Amino acid sequence: MSQSPFILQEQQFLRLKNVLERVRVECAARVVFLVDRDGQTIAFNGDIGDMDTTSFSSLAAGNVAATTSMAKLIGENVFPAVVHEGEHESIFISVIGRSLLVVVFDQRSTLGLVKLRAKRASHDIAAILDEAVKQSAVIAASANPVFAEITDEDIDSLFN
Amino acid sequence: MTFINYASREINCKIVYYGPGLCGKTTNLQHIYDSTAPQAKGKLISLATETDRTLFFDFMPLELGTVRGFKTRFHLYTVPGQVYYDASRKLILKGVDGVVFVADSQEERMDANIESLYNLEDNLQTQGYDLNQLPYVLQLNKRDLPNVVPMDDLTFELQKKGEPVFEAVAKDGTGVFDTLKAVAKQVLTELRKG
Repeated sequence: MSQSPFILQEQQFLRLKNVLERVRVECAARVVFLVDRDGQTIAFNGDIGDMDTTSFSSLAAGNVAATTSMAKLIGENVFPAVVHEGEHESIFISVIGRSLLVVVFDQRSTLGLVKLRAKRASHDIAAILDEAVKQSAVIAASANPVFAEITDEDIDSLFN
Repeated sequence: MTFINYASREINCKIVYYGPGLCGKTTNLQHIYDSTAPQAKGKLISLATETDRTLFFDFMPLELGTVRGFKTRFHLYTVPGQVYYDASRKLILKGVDGVVFVADSQEERMDANIESLYNLEDNLQTQGYDLNQLPYVLQLNKRDLPNVVPMDDLTFELQKKGEPVFEAVAKDGTGVFDTLKAVAKQVLTELRKG
């Protein structure tokens, strides 16, 4: 069967955005993303320029999925962090339960600083996401007032 | 797993195109990409080998429009078809909301179709899914080729649970959008059920 949807309420979204902003400022990072491990962007803060954030999130999740499988092949349970260092821009990815904290930074910051700040933020992020998951289960168990009203005509109209 | 963001009023769903090597999964996505208005799609990302065979996955986001004030976005993925990329296929099925099985209609690919379908069921089970409970569509591709198995025979062999079956020629777009619509409709219907 398919899994229950993950529902993020507005307040939770805003709190997550605040945490991401804090990480970005403290790390002097360019942009900070929170990505679901299935590849969906949950929230981001910072300068994305013309970056395709949807593709970026999908690839970040694919990247972590692949390295996690590699970890298992060598007897590790998970690599809690993945780092890609470029000439100008670098990416740090930290696994937080079912989500990934992705920090894009340049020479104004350092990997050590990013790691430290990301670790501090991970507890706050985990707490907000745990709350969202629990509430999602409650909403899914009851008739969701918004989606229960979707009609066949609504669905058909998407394809016209 | 469908992701619903109340702040940005978005519904995000994941659909995976599955099937044996060279059955036309990437061609399905390529046709959808080529036929969709620029504002409704993101980039088509292809993690492929130098010979254009899918190595890890192809991906494209597709925005279909608004339902009850929520933007609906479908994330379309393909898996690599070759048998030896099984580890990658398992990863891509994580969080799936709907599956399209693309079968190659040519007689000589019958065994590959059956093997891939078994592999799909196994890999879904590994991820905690049951194909019988999941939005699912069967596409019979390459119907334009001379050596194809009759549709009734293919359906008899490959249909698992009375799912919708579509004949297709993905390279010219025949049946591609009918397939996508059918699986997207099932996914949204599941959402309505809660």
